[in-house]
Amino acid sequence: MAPEAGTLRADRRPCPRCASDDCQTMNLRDTAESLALPALALAGGLLLFGVFVWADGHDPVQVWRLLFLGAFGDAFSLQNTLLQAAPLMLTALCVALPARAGLTVIGGEGALVLGGLACAALPMLVSLPAGAAGTALLLVAAMSAGAVWIALAGWLRQWRGVNETISSLLLGFVAIALFKHLVEGVLRDPASLNKPSTPPLHEALHIGTLPGTDVHWGLAFGLAGCLLAAFWLHATTHGFATRVVGGNPRAAQLVGLPAARLVVLACAFGGAAAGLAGGIEVAAVHHSANASLIVGLGYTGILVSFVARHHPLAIVPVAILFGGFLAAGSLLQRRMGLPDASVQVLMGFCFVLVLASEALRGRLGELFALHKPPVGARPGATAT
Amino acid sequence: MDSAVIDVLLAVLGGAIRLGTPFLFVSLGECLTEKAGRVNLGLEGVLVFSAMAGFAGSYLSGQWWLGVLLASASGAAIALLHGLMCSLPRVNDIAAGIAIMLFGAGLAFYLGKPYIQPQAEQIPSLPFGVWLGADPASPLAQALNVNALFPVGVVLAVLMAWGLANTGWGLRVRMVGDSADAARALGTPVNAVRVAATTAGGFIAGLGGASLSLYFPGIWSEALSSGQGLIAVALVIFARWQPLRCLWAALLFGGAGALGPALQAVGVSGHHHLFNAMPYVLTLAILVWACTPRRALQGAPAELGVIR
Repeated sequence: MAPEAGTLRADRRPCPRCASDDCQTMNLRDTAESLALPALALAGGLLLFGVFVWADGHDPVQVWRLLFLGAFGDAFSLQNTLLQAAPLMLTALCVALPARAGLTVIGGEGALVLGGLACAALPMLVSLPAGAAGTALLLVAAMSAGAVWIALAGWLRQWRGVNETISSLLLGFVAIALFKHLVEGVLRDPASLNKPSTPPLHEALHIGTLPGTDVHWGLAFGLAGCLLAAFWLHATTHGFATRVVGGNPRAAQLVGLPAARLVVLACAFGGAAAGLAGGIEVAAVHHSANASLIVGLGYTGILVSFVARHHPLAIVPVAILFGGFLAAGSLLQRRMGLPDASVQVLMGFCFVLVLASEALRGRLGELFALHKPPVGARPGATAT
Repeated sequence: MDSAVIDVLLAVLGGAIRLGTPFLFVSLGECLTEKAGRVNLGLEGVLVFSAMAGFAGSYLSGQWWLGVLLASASGAAIALLHGLMCSLPRVNDIAAGIAIMLFGAGLAFYLGKPYIQPQAEQIPSLPFGVWLGADPASPLAQALNVNALFPVGVVLAVLMAWGLANTGWGLRVRMVGDSADAARALGTPVNAVRVAATTAGGFIAGLGGASLSLYFPGIWSEALSSGQGLIAVALVIFARWQPLRCLWAALLFGGAGALGPALQAVGVSGHHHLFNAMPYVLTLAILVWACTPRRALQGAPAELGVIR
């Protein structure tokens, strides 16, 4: 079974009314479904989470209320949400871009961690110009580190046929081990006693906040990354070729597309995005590389990308939603004494339901009787 | 110097069994699942959750075997969820596995919060070394103090190899894994067999979770598994989908994991993070060696399109 192929769906059925393969009604219905299914699944996830915390002896209504307040309740929590969403947009791209080239990569955490490490280590190796030029160099280093790491998983797939889902996750664990080895070893700042860290970045290299807010520029990078990825995939020949490779590798081979190169490149782009996320977290938030960087942003990005159906533009609102859940997590912990993993449980429910909701695709209209196919014209079940 | 080398070798031998036991159970579980034509990457989540459940069961009841039972049962339950999800149309088993991985871990971290500190009744060890006449204090006897579940795993591997080859059940599982069309033609319910195999695989993997939290390291923590379930999935490819080879592969991986601590014990130190990464690197190396890009892998169930 081929992985999700975005908009290139081989199993698109003809419109039951006009029997055309590509009529306006069908396209509209597809889009409506692509919005309705994840929305339903997320609502279901919230509902199940409510039942779960209720079974654990908490008031579900209060939990839902706090989730909303902690995420979008006031200006402070909204800014907090955007701060969390910024890296999620980029780590989600690390799943989405390879996915559009046909690969299921889940090693974004490793690329993020290495990106953060490269960002923190570069000033120790070379002297950087102060100001924006120096920061730009830091971020380029972060992107390169992430790109190499994920491209490695893509290349192993192309070269030896190694399953990229497994290899990227294993590479992620190797990256974290490498990170700890270096941060607790040669790169360690002797002044960091309890929490091994690299020496703090010079203040001139920090990334500041957007004017008038407490949100750092990482949000702008996240948005720009998603826009750029959408432009690349949907408005350039190169992006189109990548989608063809992801949607139908045989067809891509027949028309002579350089499949291996396109796949590895898509992985490199995704890795660069996750590496950038790590670099920004270091340059804007932590100001040095330490264990605070390893909080699972790469794993949450997987969920964000799947909910967004690997579409870069859809990643933005989904990342903000899940950023909100992450931001509300600490509120749940403080006010209701829920464990810090409660948001992870919520995300687990959402993930399972989002995938399961795909089974309803093409039937949602029938379910709600919005669009009754004429008798006898109902298309049979497609092969899966 | 010689004695140091022998110490390292003995520690690696003991470690191979100690650390290899979870690998053995998870890879056997995955082997059964994949024989039926599905990949369950969710066994990582199964491993974490069953480790928590096993610890909680043993801690709350004071009986280690109740913990083991609870671990297996919860492993089966989570695997059942994976099996049912994959039976839905348009659900890809790799994606479902990722979801189960995160779901199982999240649930385990939430429910396992109260069990991070305490000590639970452990699975007893069998002193093979003493039975063989070694001095109980000698390193050899120490190395041969074996998790009571390990012999269970060995028997299970033999049983599974025999059962897959010689029983009607085994034939059904292999048929569903090799040609779903043939199975349908013979009236075998493909999805039902696959769900059953996945659930049984989760039950077996749950024993691995119990070995983690109730034998070695014998505690429950959130960093307990960190990818061991996934390594075991890769190990099945290396074992060419043969249960008996899973046994040797698990021991090899256990040994690789034990090498770092063993070297540290004799004074080679300072790189423990790198040594901890050894199993991951070894897995990658083995995948590169064992996989081929062009043709189907030797011994792979034919319905298993994705695990290349």
